[in-house]
Amino acid sequence: MRELRIHGRGGQGSVTAAELIAYAAFEGGVFSQAFPAFGVERRGAPVQAFVRFSDEKIRLRSQVYEPDYIIVQDPTLIGDVDVFNGMTAGGIAIINTEKPDFDALVPEGVKIYAVDATTIALEELGVPITNTTLMGAFAAATGEIKLDALEHALRRRFSGSMADKNVRAAERAYNLVGGAV
Amino acid sequence: MALRVGCVAPPGKALDNKTGAWRVFKPVFDPETCSRCGMCATVCPEGCVRETEEGTFEPDLDYCKGCGICAEVCPKDSIRMEKEEK
Amino acid sequence: MLEFMEGSHAVAEIVKRCRPQVISAYPITPQTHIVEDLAQMVANCEIDAEYITVESEFSALSACLGASAAGSRVYSATTSQGLALMFEVCFNAAGMRQPIVMTIANRSLGAPLSIWNDQQDSISLRDSGWLQFYAQDNQETVDLHMIAYKVCEDHDILLPAFVCFDGFILSHTYEPVSLPMQEEADAYLPAFNPYQRLDAAAPLSFGMYATPEYYTEFRYEINQAQYRAKEAFVRAGREFGEQFGRDYSGLVEGYRLDDADIALVAMGSICGTAKDAIDEMRAAGRKVGLLNIRVFRPFPGPEIADALKGVSKVAVLDKNISLGSGGAVGTEVKAALQGSGISVYDYIIALGGRDVRKRDIAAVVDLAEKGEGDMFYGLRTEVL
Repeated sequence: MRELRIHGRGGQGSVTAAELIAYAAFEGGVFSQAFPAFGVERRGAPVQAFVRFSDEKIRLRSQVYEPDYIIVQDPTLIGDVDVFNGMTAGGIAIINTEKPDFDALVPEGVKIYAVDATTIALEELGVPITNTTLMGAFAAATGEIKLDALEHALRRRFSGSMADKNVRAAERAYNLVGGAV
Repeated sequence: MALRVGCVAPPGKALDNKTGAWRVFKPVFDPETCSRCGMCATVCPEGCVRETEEGTFEPDLDYCKGCGICAEVCPKDSIRMEKEEK
Repeated sequence: MLEFMEGSHAVAEIVKRCRPQVISAYPITPQTHIVEDLAQMVANCEIDAEYITVESEFSALSACLGASAAGSRVYSATTSQGLALMFEVCFNAAGMRQPIVMTIANRSLGAPLSIWNDQQDSISLRDSGWLQFYAQDNQETVDLHMIAYKVCEDHDILLPAFVCFDGFILSHTYEPVSLPMQEEADAYLPAFNPYQRLDAAAPLSFGMYATPEYYTEFRYEINQAQYRAKEAFVRAGREFGEQFGRDYSGLVEGYRLDDADIALVAMGSICGTAKDAIDEMRAAGRKVGLLNIRVFRPFPGPEIADALKGVSKVAVLDKNISLGSGGAVGTEVKAALQGSGISVYDYIIALGGRDVRKRDIAAVVDLAEKGEGDMFYGLRTEVL
């Protein structure tokens, strides 16, 4: 079983990201589970959401403490929240940042993919909502979900031009990170 | 009585219980002085004061408990309470 | 076919397939997406049901009670304080023998104010006469709704039921579930056939006044119906298994109990985490198993005693506290195992949304092994 922890702020779509990643993984033929860190929902407050991937039915219900993967939606979280907590060698972190200047915090052996998702999202969507962009980066960096499954998940959630824009944002990040893998 | 599921009962059971037997005083209505206002029927807690064909009122003594509220409210003092002779 | 969806949405989907004729609920926090989804389905004419909007949970269940007495299959959902506000109507619904099915997304009760999960809400209504079923995952949540209607509407039972699933932990979790086709659901659950109903042409009063000469006997009959529900559940669970391939013929479900020395006893989603923890402990050579109590009312005392007869120690995980006594499940398990020689230890755990990890389950087993129990597990003594 592999586990993903998504760090974001209330309103950035972390829970939606967890749901869509888990849906794309399920479409790809594995068992998956997505859930938020249940809290008092407030815009801007640090939030977490979790995804599990497994070849067998998932029974575990605890939160994710030792993630194989993390997604950090907002660079200002680093320092505020110990986003790398529980990560060990071999882990993969997808971080939205234009200035990857947090090396000192990264556990040994954790691979970092720094993506300027805010710029991509602004260019493609016109709003700084980075969750769908980071899903593309996650797909490329981890291989847990296929790009076409992700596209399907996005089109199931969004319709019309909104779907096209989100798919393009995800694809750009996928190709960007894919080149670096 | 066998119990019915959910403590269910058809209506009308109260008619079986002739509360007139509980009475100590009975109301005696005087149609001669009655103004036909109907207050006695309105206030009767048993709902047993009926209007007659003449428009005056009389109690159903099968159910009248003899509480005396009709006599109390009657503006013409046309109802008096009498000791029941059993 | 498995579909990927949120637990609350899965409940709305299965309720739709159970064809309720009247739905009433009060959708204020704390609630779930269940009634929101159902309201949408009714508005879209996907369900041929009357959706009654009300001003409180008390009214919601009262509306359900009246509609049920009028001969409709009815549905409601609530949680936490909402259920607390229904307290009086719950007793009336059971006493009037109305087969109402209500989903409880289990959450803690205030004060202190908490929106998170435990099972205090439904367990606090254990004496109300409602059947209580607890789901381990969202598939079980879905399946237990169909079974609940079948058991409740059985003319030998005629009792309402809670289908309990852990608030947030299941209600807000996305995972795969299999939903029946409408024809499959209809084949399992035929149209509601009321035992007796309100009818202007042949009037009846429900829940009449019972004098001391009769009250005890009415309560006895409700209790007898509870006990008959055991067999009805087993039968409905077996039929479900025959049709859908997922068997629910047990009031309890054992996991790796055959040669177990220590058994955990639990209800709801914590069982999943416990099973993973047990697999790890088993791999390390420890003889640990689990008994999941699926049906809490009627309480399966003899079935629990039978399932646990080979073990020497039992650790009960209680996501509730009967203040001034102990965990409600632990107390009843102790009574069920009275005289068996088995040591039963109770652990108050996971109150108000405190997360439970595999290592917590292992720690409970360690405590039971040492004979330390009847305690709050993981108490943060530093803040006391």
